[in-house]
Amino acid sequence: MQELINLFVKSIFVENMIFAYFLGMCSYLAVSKKVSTAVGLGAAVIFVLSITVPVNYLLQNYVLKEGALTWISTEFAAVDLSFLSFILFIAVIASMVQLVEMIVEKFAPALYNSLGIFLPLIAVNCAILGGSLFMQERNFTTISEAGVYGFGSGIGWFLAIVAIAAIREKIQYSNVPAPLKGLGITFIVTGLMGIAFMSFMGIKL
Amino acid sequence: MAEVLEKEVVEEKVEKKASEPLFSKKNRKLISDPFNDNNPITVQVLGICSALAITVKLYPAIVMAISVMFVVAAGNVIISIMRNLIPNRIRIIVQLVVVAALVVLVDQVLKAFVYDISKELSVFVGLIITNCIIMGRLEAFALGNTPWKSFLDGLGNAFGYGVILIIVAFFRELFGSGELLGMRIIPDSWYIANGGFYSNNGFMLLPPMALITVGIIIWVQRSRNTKLIEE
Repeated sequence: MQELINLFVKSIFVENMIFAYFLGMCSYLAVSKKVSTAVGLGAAVIFVLSITVPVNYLLQNYVLKEGALTWISTEFAAVDLSFLSFILFIAVIASMVQLVEMIVEKFAPALYNSLGIFLPLIAVNCAILGGSLFMQERNFTTISEAGVYGFGSGIGWFLAIVAIAAIREKIQYSNVPAPLKGLGITFIVTGLMGIAFMSFMGIKL
Repeated sequence: MAEVLEKEVVEEKVEKKASEPLFSKKNRKLISDPFNDNNPITVQVLGICSALAITVKLYPAIVMAISVMFVVAAGNVIISIMRNLIPNRIRIIVQLVVVAALVVLVDQVLKAFVYDISKELSVFVGLIITNCIIMGRLEAFALGNTPWKSFLDGLGNAFGYGVILIIVAFFRELFGSGELLGMRIIPDSWYIANGGFYSNNGFMLLPPMALITVGIIIWVQRSRNTKLIEE
């Protein structure tokens, strides 16, 4: 349990998707002009990340990894399909996003309307694929680890985009040098926020 | 204004000719535009996702730039050839599959020939799939243009992307570890350990400095090219 909480805190703060790995920067920069839209996108990312990482974990451990197919027959012990992981992961993500979109549309139309175009865009958000690839690289041992990691990374991403959106709303009233306006100052502010987040480094529960 | 009109007329004429020269003015523009006026990173804001994390050292950045160049150019050509066959509703999935297949190729080649770099790039090779620059160019260009033009557009954009990557990596490696491509640039005798006055700025190696470096590049570019300034 303690390990899971540790992993959770680490994936939110220390290994934040945006500040430590720059994953999902495109949508982070494009959709952070208003806090309300940022909250919508952030929520959708949490949602999709906490579903796709565990699903891809199952895929990795029961289909792709070397010797993962032994549950079908012992003949497959030497089969290593890990070169297929990119294609399968992205297929899972794209179909999951489609599925989530349909479910949300059916059961929570209000949420669907507020998320709007962001849901399909999430399929090409690097943070989602990044979550699955990090899961593969770190060899998580249980599915709950993978789930907690996905959920935590989602929350970290959510925090980052909401924070930058709030800052950008305020920064409109500041006197920024003309060439830095918009994109430039956003990069620099993100860098400074990254420095602040680095102070969480070394936190261990 | 008159100049612009004239240009459009000229371009139309070129369009009408059945056999357009391979490197016509318009085609050359496809390559040269992304360097400055339409740079994928600093103007279109595409492809930042997997770009910054691998700019600590120059060599991986160059490898990354070449990989992306291959994937964008080849993906653009393939999608452009298939553009009249792909049903509109499932085009994103088709694009993802084509790109993913190309990235698997790149990944296997890197693993076979430059294993160390492939380890260093770790997940970021895979992340080329979701690099927005690729999807962006496929959606915005390859779906509506002929293969040769799409090829040039892909090359140009990948160059524009690579240039920023290499500039960022240059500064980070030079100031962060005093080396370029693994060769020592700042003389050993300058360091405090050897009785000198200099020490590396370890901060340059940390992720936030990549963002700040890009911010400064944007600042410099927009002060020189004032039409890019945002309102």
